[in-house]
Amino acid sequence: MRKIKELVIERGLLLSALITIAVTVGIILVLSIEAIKFFSEVSIIDFLTDPEWTPLFTDKHFGIMSLLSGTLLTSFIAIAFALPVGLSISIYLSEYAPKSFRRTIKPLLELLAAVPTVVYGFFALMVVTPFLQTIIPGLSSFNSLSAGIVMGIMIIPYISSLSEDALHAVPYTLREAAYGMGSTRLQNAFKVIVPAASSGIIVSIILAISRAIGETMIVAIAAGQQPRLTFDPTVPVETITAYIVQVSLGDVQHDSLEYKTIFAAGITLFVFTFLLNTISYRIRKKFQEKYE
Amino acid sequence: MNNIKKNRLKDQAFKIWGIACTLLGLVLLAIFIGNILIDGILRIDWEFVMNLPSRHAEESGIYTALMGSIWVLLLTTLIALPIGIAAAIYLEEYSKKNKLSTILEVNISNLAGVPSIIYGLLGLEVFVRIMEMGASVLAGSCTLALLILPIVIVSTREAIKAVPKSIRDASFAMGASKWQTVYHQLLPASFGGILTGIILALSRAVGETAPLIVIGALAYVPFAPSSPMDEFSVLPIQIFNWITRPQHGFVENAAAAIIILLLITFVMNGIAVYFRNKWQKKFK
Repeated sequence: MRKIKELVIERGLLLSALITIAVTVGIILVLSIEAIKFFSEVSIIDFLTDPEWTPLFTDKHFGIMSLLSGTLLTSFIAIAFALPVGLSISIYLSEYAPKSFRRTIKPLLELLAAVPTVVYGFFALMVVTPFLQTIIPGLSSFNSLSAGIVMGIMIIPYISSLSEDALHAVPYTLREAAYGMGSTRLQNAFKVIVPAASSGIIVSIILAISRAIGETMIVAIAAGQQPRLTFDPTVPVETITAYIVQVSLGDVQHDSLEYKTIFAAGITLFVFTFLLNTISYRIRKKFQEKYE
Repeated sequence: MNNIKKNRLKDQAFKIWGIACTLLGLVLLAIFIGNILIDGILRIDWEFVMNLPSRHAEESGIYTALMGSIWVLLLTTLIALPIGIAAAIYLEEYSKKNKLSTILEVNISNLAGVPSIIYGLLGLEVFVRIMEMGASVLAGSCTLALLILPIVIVSTREAIKAVPKSIRDASFAMGASKWQTVYHQLLPASFGGILTGIILALSRAVGETAPLIVIGALAYVPFAPSSPMDEFSVLPIQIFNWITRPQHGFVENAAAAIIILLLITFVMNGIAVYFRNKWQKKFK
């Protein structure tokens, strides 16, 4: 009796764990099936090379590049802002700051990542854009600069916390050796600790990039809804995610071509984040073996 | 000697730069919260909480969105909790190191990195269309449950892993079966840690906007949901809707609703940190 009960429970637990696989399979199936339907109507070459994306107009163009450029541009601005700040924070907290300061400041910084993204969108549109307009007169009220910077603020803790964990995990003996040779804290940090923790730092950066690429509400609110192939940060652009939101807000018939475009856009997004996540997972596994 | 001085100077300079960077994020957060408080605090009163949405900004309230958020949060918990904890128990206590366990592990780590809007596309096709739930509270909750599942699993595993091995050995030595050990020893011992992870996951769910927009949650719902199959809106979607309206009154409404949403998020985070600290002391 007891053995049967134990077996049933074990199977039940296994089933729950297998649900996670079903989710992945579900995502891939849903995205591919709708995307295949899409590509039976639109040639994949047009999709990859056409410079315009206008599926909602009468003159329809389906060039993903103009959405992708919006996604990459906002993500680039976010990382360009968050990387130096986040990395400096992690080095300061790990190598300079007193222990008690570190313990109080880390959870506070992590609050930055806990704020709902729609709230950041409000911040970008109502506070940051008007402020930037006083410095850059030609700035449009929807632009990738403001959205990118605010997204950068949001991902600071992703870089600072994960990098700090990596720096902190470097064995203390390395520091003692460096200080014994007469290094300053700065030399120790940049010549010994950062190189030793480099894989962990790279993982944190990749995760931050992946987070920025998939971010939706900030860019949907503050970056605009005009897909264009540009790297000018002062004009409105549209990201892949913002496009999906735009279509979802309208009345779109199931099985119409517009409906399928959001899955074609979605699979593009999924491929990018999937690659980044896989790379970071590989590096993380390698990193763990190094110190444990 | 000059060189040493220069290095010390650089060292000090970086220290100041590091402090500046650390404070930058917090100062920005403070400016931002201050701004929203100025814009919205005067708008919050009992009527704002209890009123239905309206075309007129001054008469609009968040009642339907708030009720929608509470419904979604409760249902999401009911769905994600048992599955997440069960999966974590399996991975931590039952699974042997083989191909399946590696696949499960890689897969969960990957799911945690999938953008939330992709879960929205999954929910739209599977729950809304194929299972014919429509844009209901249930469809939204199922979607968010899948979204937070990886977070629940990872944090529950961490909590179970932290229980000392001696407790398992003692339980087995008393003749307990594996499940008895899990149910009577490990789960109670790791309760605080599991709770922390779940509250953090739910605080993420309460702020999610994009996946719910994709499954078709509405910005304007005249009534609060009364069953899982009803249409719904949630606070973040209501905020998004108000932000995108040009009239000034709606900006105030958005700021006021943001204050309430932030309050909910920060209180949940605070509770989670409290439980974590209390629970960590137990094993140290």
